[in-house]
Parts: sequence; C-alpha cells; structure tokens
Amino acid sequence: MSDLAVIPHNSIGDWKLPSRGIVGMACLIVAEATIFIIFVVAYVFYEGKSLSGPTPHDVLELPIVTTICLLSSSITVHLAVMALHSSKVKSCSLWLAITVLLGAIFLCGTGREWYDLIYHEGLSIQTNLFGTTFYSLVGLHATHVLVGLLLLSLALFFSLRGQMTSKHTERLEVLSLYWHFVDAVWVVVFLVVYVLGR
Amino acid sequence: MATQTSAAVVLDQTAKRGPGRQAFEILHDWITTVDHKKIGLMYIGYALFFLIVAGFEALLMRIQLAIPNNTFVSPQVFNRLFTMHGTTMVFFVGMPILFGFGNYLIPLMIGARDMAFPRLNAFSFWISAFGGLLLYFSYLGGDGLYGAGSAPDVGWFAYAPLTARVFSPGHSTDYWTLALLLSGVGSIGTALNIVATTICMRCPGMKLNRMPLLVWLYLVMSMMVFVTISPLTAAQIMLMLDRYIGSHFFDTQAGGSAVLWMHFFWIFGHPEVYILVLPAFGFASEIIPVFSRKAIFGYPAMVAATVAIGFISLSVWAHHMFTVGLGAWGNTFFVFSTMTISVPTGIKIFNWLATIWGGKIHFTVPMMFAVAFLFQFLVAGLTGIMLAVAPFDWQLGSSYFIVAHFHYVLVGAILIMIFAAFYYWYPKITGRMLSERLGKWHFWLFFIGFHLTFDFMHIPGILGMPRRIYTYEADRGWMILNMIVSSGAIFQAVATLVFVFNMIASYFKGRIAGPDPWDAWTLEWSTQSPPPVYNFAVIPTVESRRPLWDLKHPEDPDTNYEL
Repeated sequence: MSDLAVIPHNSIGDWKLPSRGIVGMACLIVAEATIFIIFVVAYVFYEGKSLSGPTPHDVLELPIVTTICLLSSSITVHLAVMALHSSKVKSCSLWLAITVLLGAIFLCGTGREWYDLIYHEGLSIQTNLFGTTFYSLVGLHATHVLVGLLLLSLALFFSLRGQMTSKHTERLEVLSLYWHFVDAVWVVVFLVVYVLGR
Repeated sequence: MATQTSAAVVLDQTAKRGPGRQAFEILHDWITTVDHKKIGLMYIGYALFFLIVAGFEALLMRIQLAIPNNTFVSPQVFNRLFTMHGTTMVFFVGMPILFGFGNYLIPLMIGARDMAFPRLNAFSFWISAFGGLLLYFSYLGGDGLYGAGSAPDVGWFAYAPLTARVFSPGHSTDYWTLALLLSGVGSIGTALNIVATTICMRCPGMKLNRMPLLVWLYLVMSMMVFVTISPLTAAQIMLMLDRYIGSHFFDTQAGGSAVLWMHFFWIFGHPEVYILVLPAFGFASEIIPVFSRKAIFGYPAMVAATVAIGFISLSVWAHHMFTVGLGAWGNTFFVFSTMTISVPTGIKIFNWLATIWGGKIHFTVPMMFAVAFLFQFLVAGLTGIMLAVAPFDWQLGSSYFIVAHFHYVLVGAILIMIFAAFYYWYPKITGRMLSERLGKWHFWLFFIGFHLTFDFMHIPGILGMPRRIYTYEADRGWMILNMIVSSGAIFQAVATLVFVFNMIASYFKGRIAGPDPWDAWTLEWSTQSPPPVYNFAVIPTVESRRPLWDLKHPEDPDTNYEL
C-alpha cells in the first residue's frame, strides 16, 4: 500500500460539468431521432409505390386540431418547469395536468383517425405499402406520445401528492426535453405524411 | 487503509455463516450489482463465454471445409453455423467485450467513482445478456410448429426476402431479430452511459484535451452507436412487423424492396466495424506509449483522426452493395468515401509508429500483441482499399477474399488488441500478473495460426471460391489451401485455450502486481489493484494528460510541453 501513488488534491478553480440527466436525454434523443429518420426514409421511399389503393390522397385528412393540441402541450410543459423552478408547485401541477390532457386529446385523435381508416376506408397495415409505412411511422410516434404521457402523469401524481419541490426542477426539465422531442417529431411526421405526401 | 480495515472488523457484528450461504450471497451480490467494475467484468466474462462458443462454431466449419466433398455437417447445419458464428461474434462477443473494458476503465481513467447512470448500466448488461441467451435458445425453440429447422440460418446480414415468413418458416429468424433488438437496446443504453460519464463525471482538471486517448475513442465510438445501432433497431422492428402482422416493408410481392433492407442493414453494418475497431485503437493508444516509454505522438491529431473516422464511416455503407448495381454516381461516391476513410486511419498508424520511433521499447506480451496489430491492421486496410474499388469488388464480392479481409480486421486487429488489453489490464483487475511465459506461447501460437488461416484464405477467394458454400469439388484446386486454412484454425484454438488457462492459473498463482506494475501514466494505475469499490479514496486532480508522470517526475512535468 505504501507504493500507492497518491494524487494530490489541488484546488482547480471552478470545475463545473454539464448535468448528466440532460446529457443522457440528449443522447437518447439522438438515438431515437435516428430510428425515426429510418422510418421516415421508408415512408418517403415507398411513397406512390403501393400496388393497390387506397392512396394517402384518398383517405388522409389534415389533423389540425390534434396537431395544435400536441404542439401547445410543449408550451404548457415548459410553463410547468418554470413554475416548479420558482417553487410554485400548485401552478406546476396545473400546467402538468393541462399537458397530460392535451397529449391525451392528441392520442384520442390518432385513435379516431385509425378507426376511420380501418373500418371505413379499409386501410390496414396489410393492405398496401402506404398502410405499412403509415401505420408504422404514425404508430411509432404515438407509442412515444404514450410513454411521454405515462411519465408526465407520474410527475403529475408526485406533484399532486406534494412530493415534488424545486429541487426536482432538473428532473422535470429532462422529461420536458423528451416531450419537446416527441412534438418536434410530430412536426416532421405531419409535414411528410399529411402535407407533402398527400 | 489499515485503520479502515480494523474499523470495518469492529463494525461488522454479523454472525459467521456457512459456505453455502456465502456462495448464495456472492451470487446475489453479482446479480444485483450496479458497480461499473463488476458490470464490466460480467460483460467480459459473458463475451468470453460466447467467444468460445462462436469459436467452436468456426472450428466445425473449418473441419467441414478442410477437404472436398466432406459430409462432416449437413448443408442446413452449415448455414446455421455461419449465421450463428457471425451474429454471435459481432453482437455477443465484440460489442460486450469492448463495452466491458469501457465500463471498467473509463471511470477509473477519468477519476470518477462510477458511471453516470449505474442502474441503467446494470439494465443494459442484463438486457444484452438476455439477447444472447435468446439467440441460443433458438436451438431449442426455433422449430416453431413447423418442424422447420432450429437456429437461424439466414446469414448474419439476413437479406430480404430470405427472412420473409414464406422462406423462413418457424421461429428461428424471430429469435435472431429479437436477440439483435435486445442487444441493440443494451448497446444504446451503455453508449449513453459512456457519453454521459465522459462528459459529466471527469475529475477536476481532466479537460477534454487531457483525457486518455482510450476515453476519447470510447466517446466517439459511443456517439456512433446512437446513429448506427438505431437504424438496425428500426430495421428489426420493420422485419418483425413483416413477420408477425403481415406488413410489406421487405415483401417484394407487394412492391416492397429487398434493396432497402440492404441499405438499412449496412447503414448499421459498416459503421459497426468502426465501433468495434475504435476501442481497439484506444487499447493501442494506451499500450504502445507505455511500452515505448514515450508520450503518445500527436495527441491532437489522434483525436481529430478519431472524430473524422466517426463522421466518414457514416457515409461508406454502400461499398457492401457494389454488386447490387447502384449506378455510376452511387458507385463513384462510395468508392471515394471509402478511400477517404483510409486517410485518418493512416494518420493513426503513422502516429503509433512515431510513438515507437526512438522509444525504449519493452517487448512485454501486450506490446507484442500491439506490434502485431500494427502490421495486421495495415494489411487489412490495404485489402480494404482493394475492395473499395468497385470493379475489383465486382470480381471478388462474396468470395473468400472478402471473408479473409474482414477477418483480418476483426481477428488480426480487434481480437489481437483485446488480447493485448487483457495482458495489460489483468493486473489492475485481479491484482496479479498474467504469466509472461504462457503469454508468449499464446502470442506465437495465435500469431502463426492467424497467418496460416487468414493469409491463405485470400487465395481461394481470388481463385473463385464463394463464401458460405458448405463444400466444393476436388478438381477446383482449393483443397491444399483450405487444408492450410483449417490447420491454422487449430493453432488459434490451442492458443485461446492457453490464454484461458493463463487467466485461470494466474488468478490463483500469478505474481502480485501492485498498483502500478507497468510504470504507466494514467489514473487507473494510481489506485489499488484491484481497485476498491469507490475507486479513489480522494477524487484526484490532474494537470496534464499523464498525471502519474507528473507525480513521478515533479522536476519535468508534462505541463511544460502540452499545448
């Protein structure tokens, strides 16, 4: 043990490194974004290559309301983080609840759309290449919305029980980053599937 | 330390237990651990197990191919063998062993007490381990209800439409898909952990330009994992949708494209090679300076070359697809991008040579492996440049020349450096030295075996022997060459057994290593061997790239020279 080198403990000014939660979430977002890129590439690659109908032009309608809901939930989750940062726990709970509500409206909208497509338009994932790529891309996004909603509901639960304080701001911020990412993906999906691809 | 030990004895009031109870506790301790060192060792142990398994599969294939018209295994079994060999070696040997070393070394090298997310670390290991078990469970469960074969037999890149339900009935392909999906989740988790650890957990003074090169290489490699493994994950999800609920991503009957699968697979597949080789570069960048008794030559250039490799490697994938017919522009682009990547790689080789140049070289076993690595990696790179030329590739694509080329990289460079890493860090991990005498036996046997196998494997490729054939006619003139290739495999197998024996024997009887047996310079050698759970009693502070050099030579610290 005597020959063990001991590194002296000099003081090195301010030694601040980025928060690991935010860096970790940024990494996850890069990885997830890549998955989405591959699905978007598949969608674009197969656009117009279906051997049979229905085509996107026949059956898709612009989901304006649900899109507005989802995008504005990015603002409300940000307000929730800001409220928690300044220790306004009640206002944080309120904003979180609104976020969850907006996200849930979006999911219901997607469910409604799929129901129509499957039962009225006869488009399933097996019908043609459009069905295959549409359901998988939108479904992958909806899965991410669902995961985000579960996590946000958990945060809401904790804040209603009064277990969330301004100490937890950073954690909520990490979650909000994920939610912003899910919204940003929707912007891409909306443009590719509903605007350019129709 | 002595005071701490006695304090622990005084505080430890628990009753003595029987040996059975103790074994259970050790097991419980390893299964529930979140310590980066234990998780790293579990990664390594699990990878070594699969190395033996997949190596055995390679031996069976070489026995089959040693003589013409052999009937040692059936064609079906042969297909399963090369599929399982490739899949296992890439996903359940290469990735976990490198993640294992990364897990073990990175916190020690940057002066941290653990990874950024210890529980995620444990999760990533167990999910990857489960993936490996799932892959091999296919030997039992792959039959499905169809009686249609056991293990996957679609090749490690599983081209569509061979993977479609019609052509691959039963569950074997599903096991392959799920195993890779799980291993991918684990890889992304660990890579995320490595990036967060490197960026957020460095000890005071450990600026990015003072990190050991190994940490840099792992950082770049992990960032590549995000954009490389994810396409594979996405493609596996698509394949699962195709197989389970009848979507048409790769279903050519419904207008789907088989070439799309090739693109998605090789967008993963080629950067994957760099993911595997970058840690090997990292080992070389630590071992070569220490045994040349010189600081690494051109540290900034090494870092820049690493980052350049990371970026360029993302744009070379379609050189695996020259024979598909991409058109002149596509071919030209991928020829040039593939050639470009040899520039930063060449910079690295020259920097290692310049590090050795004029150094006081100590030919210990790790250094011998590192020198072999330099030459073998050079040859692998040269055949790589040959294959990057599209017309040449049209001639030799899917021949044994390709097999020889990529085994030169995977075995001649990566596996060789993994062996070097074992000899170099084993003393730190166990506290005992590996036997140098057995190590030299291991080195020379493996070296001879490697060259017998993979040098001579190029020639049947040039003579027209395709890869993945289970046998060949005697009048082809490939027999002598195949016999030499197969005999080399036996040398490699014996060498690996010597290595395993060395690891086990030295654990009990090896010379006690002490904290710093190689007189090295990075932080992991400043703590005990094996390191305590908390790594460092006091978090160190560093002022240069070689903190231990500064400590040993206060009259001539590195800070005088570094930019």
